Amino acid sequence: MTTTTDLSTDHSRATADGSHSHGVGPLPEASRASRPTSFDVADFPVPNGREEEWRFAPVARLAPLFAAATDGVLDGHGVLTTVVEAPEVRVEIVERDDARLGKAGKPGDRTAAVAWASFPRATIVTIPKEAVASEVTSIRIEGVEGAGTHEAALEPSATHLLVHAEPLSQAVVVIDHVGHAALTETVEIVADEGAHLTVVTVHDWAEGSVHASSHRLRIGRDATVKHIAVTLGGDVVRITPDAEFVGEGANVKMVGLYFADAGQHQEQRLFVDHAVPNCISRVTYKGALQGEGAHTVWVGDVLIRAAAEGTDTYELNRNLVLSDGARADSVPNLEIETGLIEGAGHASATGRFDDEQLFYLRARGIPESDARRLVVRGFFAELIHEIGVPSIEERLIGAIERELEKSMSVLDALSEDTTAITHVEGSEVSLTTERA
Amino acid sequence: MSTLEIRDLHVSVETKEGAKQILRGVDLTVASGETHAIMGPNGSGKSTLAYSLAGHPKYHVTSGTVTLDGEDVLALSVDARARAGLFLAMQYPVEVPGVSVSNFLRTAKTAIDGQAPPLRTWVKDVRKAMDDLRMDPTFAERSVNEGFSGGEKKRHEILQMELLKPKFAILDETDSGLDVDALRVVSEGVNRVKENPDVGVLLITHYTRILRYITPDFVHVFVDGKVAEEGGPELADRLENEGYDRFLSSTAAV
Repeated sequence: MTTTTDLSTDHSRATADGSHSHGVGPLPEASRASRPTSFDVADFPVPNGREEEWRFAPVARLAPLFAAATDGVLDGHGVLTTVVEAPEVRVEIVERDDARLGKAGKPGDRTAAVAWASFPRATIVTIPKEAVASEVTSIRIEGVEGAGTHEAALEPSATHLLVHAEPLSQAVVVIDHVGHAALTETVEIVADEGAHLTVVTVHDWAEGSVHASSHRLRIGRDATVKHIAVTLGGDVVRITPDAEFVGEGANVKMVGLYFADAGQHQEQRLFVDHAVPNCISRVTYKGALQGEGAHTVWVGDVLIRAAAEGTDTYELNRNLVLSDGARADSVPNLEIETGLIEGAGHASATGRFDDEQLFYLRARGIPESDARRLVVRGFFAELIHEIGVPSIEERLIGAIERELEKSMSVLDALSEDTTAITHVEGSEVSLTTERA
Repeated sequence: MSTLEIRDLHVSVETKEGAKQILRGVDLTVASGETHAIMGPNGSGKSTLAYSLAGHPKYHVTSGTVTLDGEDVLALSVDARARAGLFLAMQYPVEVPGVSVSNFLRTAKTAIDGQAPPLRTWVKDVRKAMDDLRMDPTFAERSVNEGFSGGEKKRHEILQMELLKPKFAILDETDSGLDVDALRVVSEGVNRVKENPDVGVLLITHYTRILRYITPDFVHVFVDGKVAEEGGPELADRLENEGYDRFLSSTAAV
């Protein structure tokens, strides 16, 4: 089953009506602002899947990260964090009580609170004041438990990372998630006045991995933050990036790219909190799905508070469903508490692979598998070019090529027999493939 | 020298109400170097013929044959038909976001020829063909058909025809919606292709206007899914003066 929504709305001339929200399904809270946040795990009961923020999630598969039997605290040591930093950047491993931790917002759900309650030590990456990092800083978070064996028991673990860009600094930080793990993670991203910070987070876990990640962004005056989330591998990956503006004139661009294969659940829930005037936010997430049981969820909440005059925001989600048996849920929500804004809009569309596109390309002699590759590459191309870091762009293009290789092997086998392919209707082809 | 032979072709199309018969026994033979105009009122099955030849999945051949130099075209996949030498210039070209015209053209040329075109001559050929069609060079970097005007879409179809060098080109109402200037440019493109004696052209049109720029060797009038009358270029002149009324009045269905 595929949920298809096409909500394209321009709210730039909205008037203040106390609350303004779109969305599919129930929204228990009157406003996103009233959703509870807390450092105390006891404030978040173990989810049962009926809660608004868990209703799309496979809670049984995420259960190891709820730590129900151990009072919300995990004691696993299942991941290894390695940082290769630019020469201008400082890296520290700190104890739990370091005063710099926990300054960017508070946990907003059970897994985030468990992460806060459980991390043994934290990694702090600091870009000092006015420093301009000459190279990319790479952080590798590797699951080291039961590597290579699907059946091995995982030690559910927690990790905490703080990326702090001090005033007027500039850097690109890449966080890679690889290996086999059950991990709940906090990534605090603090951009001080005038900082330019790009954070790329790539989730390319091995099969059998379960991952929840709370990204909390605190964006200061005139700062520019680019947050890029890429999700490719892992059984269940659920990320919740929250962005909060704390100074005027700031700008955040949040870009997401995901590719779900058979049986994978990839969920991204974003919240952009416009609490101060004259800030700009742009959210663009695009995903492709293929195979039985591939499920993606995108929820984009934007809140423009009464004080946030001059806000300019737009969020967009597009999904490309490449085969039967995949499901994409897409829910944009926009709350506007002031009419004195520059612009506010959102769009969401989920489409099947377009048979007419396929026909057009094939009518020019291009075989079906190549035609599909062209269309999927095209779907992601614009988004990838927005990243603006050539080495990352190349890596992502490569990653998408590998995803395509997995799915297209079926078609390539078919196309060797050109007469067989005439009887295959474009998108009816089963694209279920083995994942590596 | 090639021959495209259509024999007693019956085609139905899927509709919400079920299969609907559109073509009811079409016979047509096109040889290299010939230009055939297919004319007829709306709903007579002209476009159905075009899409059936190209292999669109919505159209089902219920009986009859189509052969290209004796080879069974209907047994080939959509892309194999194109590689065998058929080209359909579409009435409504499809947008392919994120795929640039230059990438698309090179991919198609590579697929048709079975090998990548030599870069130096290819770039020159593309530039020349675009120039001939009065297309701005920046066009090559735009996404296929995305945001193109009606005239740009049709020029892009003709560009592909000139570069892919098919044996038989089927032009499905390429003239519809064009202003006179665009029509002239597009017609010049078709005439350049026609100069090659190895190419046969099937020109599907509702209007006689384009036939002032492209002279057909044969004219076939489609009514109710088959050829109702055939003749030389003079038949087009007669249609221009009389319209299709003569054929419609004899058709019970209308």
